[in-house]
Amino acid sequence: MDAATLELRNVSKQYPGAAAPAIADLSLEVEAGEICVLVGPSGCGKTTAMRLINRMIELTGGEILLDGTSVHSRKPSELRRDIGYAIQQIGLFPHQTIAQNIATVPKLLGWDKARCTNRVEELMELIGLPQEMAERFPAQLSGGQRQRVGVARALAADPPLMLMDEPFGAVDPINRERLQNEFLRLQAQVRKTIVFVTHDIDEAIKMGDRIAVLKEGGVLAQFATPAELLMAPADDFVEDFVGADRALKRLALERVRDIELWPARMVQVGDPNVKARELAAQSPTGHVLLVDEGSRPLAWLNERDLSFDKVGPHKGRVASVEVDDLLRDALSDLLQDQVLYGVAVDAEGRVAGILSVEIIAQFLGDQGPGHIEEAAAAADRIA
Amino acid sequence: MILGALDQFQDGLRFLFESRDSVAGGVQVGGSELLPLLGEHMKVTLYGTVLATLLAVPLAIFLAHTGRGAFAASSVANVGRAVPSIAVVLFFSAYLGFGVTNLVFGLTLLAIPPIFTNTFVGIRQVDTDVVDAARGQGLSGLQIVTKVELPLSLPLIFGGIRTSFVNVVATATLGPLVGVVTLGDPILSPGVYGAAGQLGTAILIAVIAVAGELVFAGIQRAATPKGIRRSDPGRARRLGRRAQLRASSV
Amino acid sequence: MSFLLAQIELRDRTGGTDSCVLENGFCPTWIRENLSEYVEPTQRHLELVVSSVALGFAIAFLLALLAHRRRFLVGPITGATGVLYTIPSLALFALLLPITGFGFLPALLALSGYNLLVIFRNVMAGLDNVPAEAKDAALGMGLTENQVLRRVELPLAIPEIVAGLRIATTTTVGLAALAFIAGAGGLGGQILTDPNFKSNIVVAGGLCVVMAILLDLLLVVAERVASPWKRATA
Repeated sequence: MDAATLELRNVSKQYPGAAAPAIADLSLEVEAGEICVLVGPSGCGKTTAMRLINRMIELTGGEILLDGTSVHSRKPSELRRDIGYAIQQIGLFPHQTIAQNIATVPKLLGWDKARCTNRVEELMELIGLPQEMAERFPAQLSGGQRQRVGVARALAADPPLMLMDEPFGAVDPINRERLQNEFLRLQAQVRKTIVFVTHDIDEAIKMGDRIAVLKEGGVLAQFATPAELLMAPADDFVEDFVGADRALKRLALERVRDIELWPARMVQVGDPNVKARELAAQSPTGHVLLVDEGSRPLAWLNERDLSFDKVGPHKGRVASVEVDDLLRDALSDLLQDQVLYGVAVDAEGRVAGILSVEIIAQFLGDQGPGHIEEAAAAADRIA
Repeated sequence: MILGALDQFQDGLRFLFESRDSVAGGVQVGGSELLPLLGEHMKVTLYGTVLATLLAVPLAIFLAHTGRGAFAASSVANVGRAVPSIAVVLFFSAYLGFGVTNLVFGLTLLAIPPIFTNTFVGIRQVDTDVVDAARGQGLSGLQIVTKVELPLSLPLIFGGIRTSFVNVVATATLGPLVGVVTLGDPILSPGVYGAAGQLGTAILIAVIAVAGELVFAGIQRAATPKGIRRSDPGRARRLGRRAQLRASSV
Repeated sequence: MSFLLAQIELRDRTGGTDSCVLENGFCPTWIRENLSEYVEPTQRHLELVVSSVALGFAIAFLLALLAHRRRFLVGPITGATGVLYTIPSLALFALLLPITGFGFLPALLALSGYNLLVIFRNVMAGLDNVPAEAKDAALGMGLTENQVLRRVELPLAIPEIVAGLRIATTTTVGLAALAFIAGAGGLGGQILTDPNFKSNIVVAGGLCVVMAILLDLLLVVAERVASPWKRATA
């Protein structure tokens, strides 16, 4: 099934007898195939908001449209069979095998046995578990494996929309990171529309195409792309919530290849020194880079190295980063090497440009408060 | 038929308050004539329950505290339930002869398992962290029992006594079979006391059992230390029920 | 006292010359030769136990399902079945006589009544102990309330339900020994045919215990078959 669009229109939830609403006038639009993260401190109503979508909780105002049709036009149980559901405690059925667990919704939908079996095999493959595990019981799996099965079970009937409530919340940080990466890879294949609830802003930034920050009482504080959220928090609450290190967090959103590098001034052994000295003079670093025939960096050359007729062979240490590195990791590499700039190389080791601390500082500065509109426009283009 | 039954119940109740001639005549039964039967019934019941408590509680505390005998305890409780009370009562009378002593002996034996298992489970379910903390603060083994384990397991212990009391009230009705004239006599001998006597006494015994149950339930509640009476009554009930289930299933 | 219990016939004990038998002792030879006399009462006893546990289970199970959906019923049902459980069996038999008359029926009703509390409590506990997240996930995936009950809650409650049945069964085996008072026969009646004879008491009582152990084993095996997941560990 294709991914669905999801729209919350002025949704509210008021519990009888409660002074304040749990959700107040919440409007969100989620594009098909997009991960929308609901994030906020505990008690902000993010889980409530998610559970309104599959009617585990009934709303008291507004409406929710799935592919343009109100979720209230269908019986709750039938609606839910079309919506994947994964929760932090996983909720695998302890008395059923992994295969039976995964086939829950397909069976409800009346799939025949062969089709269920095929689907289970397919999903075991997709989540990277060996097929023989399908006949085990949940108690025989590790926490991380159970979490994967939970996701597989939610995906089983190929639903156009998935609801995930802190699906990786119950595993240790190392496993969580791995599950997150796996899940992003999976999502790149299946392209579902996903509503993802978390209290962890780092997870939100990593997983979300768009992030809805909620505050107490289910009030939407900001609905934006991760970059936009970090660059231009809508108010003090969001600024506080994303944390004082939001500049560093932004570096985790971009890769080295995404920003404009300094051009590398390169020479090879045998090049005339006159030309090399000219290049050195143009270079912001004051050096030229000696490379081999394959454009791989060999050494930095300064004025003194260029005193003969032609460039001679040299050996030196060149700090380098890869263009696929996150800016955050690249910066960390430079700081660790105690240098102010390094050579950015592509996957084959060829020089792509020069990355400097100055460029990174400029990148953060450029997109600071003075450049909100431009950044927002750019973010819109990305989305 | 229903009206007939109602009449019979009415007659049965009247039997409890007014004495009348026995079926064969010549002897007065019912009303105040029931008092000696009631006295005998309560006497053997109290003896049986108290003796069983004095025997079972210390033994269970000792075994539970030292961590021994869990398997034996569960086996005894399991098989014990199936042994017919009538067989126990008659068996010991067959050896020891008729009379109060032998009936009380049988009743005590029947009353031991519930008290023993409840006490055992009560002591064992005390949080090991709590016991550990107590030991860490320098309490001796005996002090741990008296200051920590016993107070925390009192509700369950009284639960066991409550079960045993009700069982003993029930079994004491078999007294006449071994020559002790308890309230069981009118039930077992309608030929003497009449149908009204049988029914009336049955009502009386039922009332005694239910009343005893209620009294012990009250004691059980009063014995629960304030700290573990949860503010959330649902949770307290669930916890209590779980402990009780454990007690009845070991 | 047997003249008081009109329905019990005193048995004419065979083998009267044996000194052991004359002394009312424990006599293996006599037991071997007279075992056949216990077949009918044992069958009767078993019938009583099985039918009253079955009836008690059926009623208690329905009550539990009702109370599971309507929580306010838990208190009243526990109270009512608790009172039934508390009334001494001998008294309950006598109380039923004016309504049902003598025979199998009052015994069946009274013994079933005793089972209600234990089974009701255990079924409730089993349903209450089902992990909340499993129920949440089941509803979230689109199972209806009834499907959740049948496919998730009841299978997961089997261990507690069987535990209740085990207690009920062993207890009923013991209690059914008094069913003869209501005129339903069984091993208790057999005990009273010769109440001073140790061999008789031991055989009849022993048959009760053996019956309880066998039924208990049967239930344990049934539980293991019905819940293989209980034994699955990593």
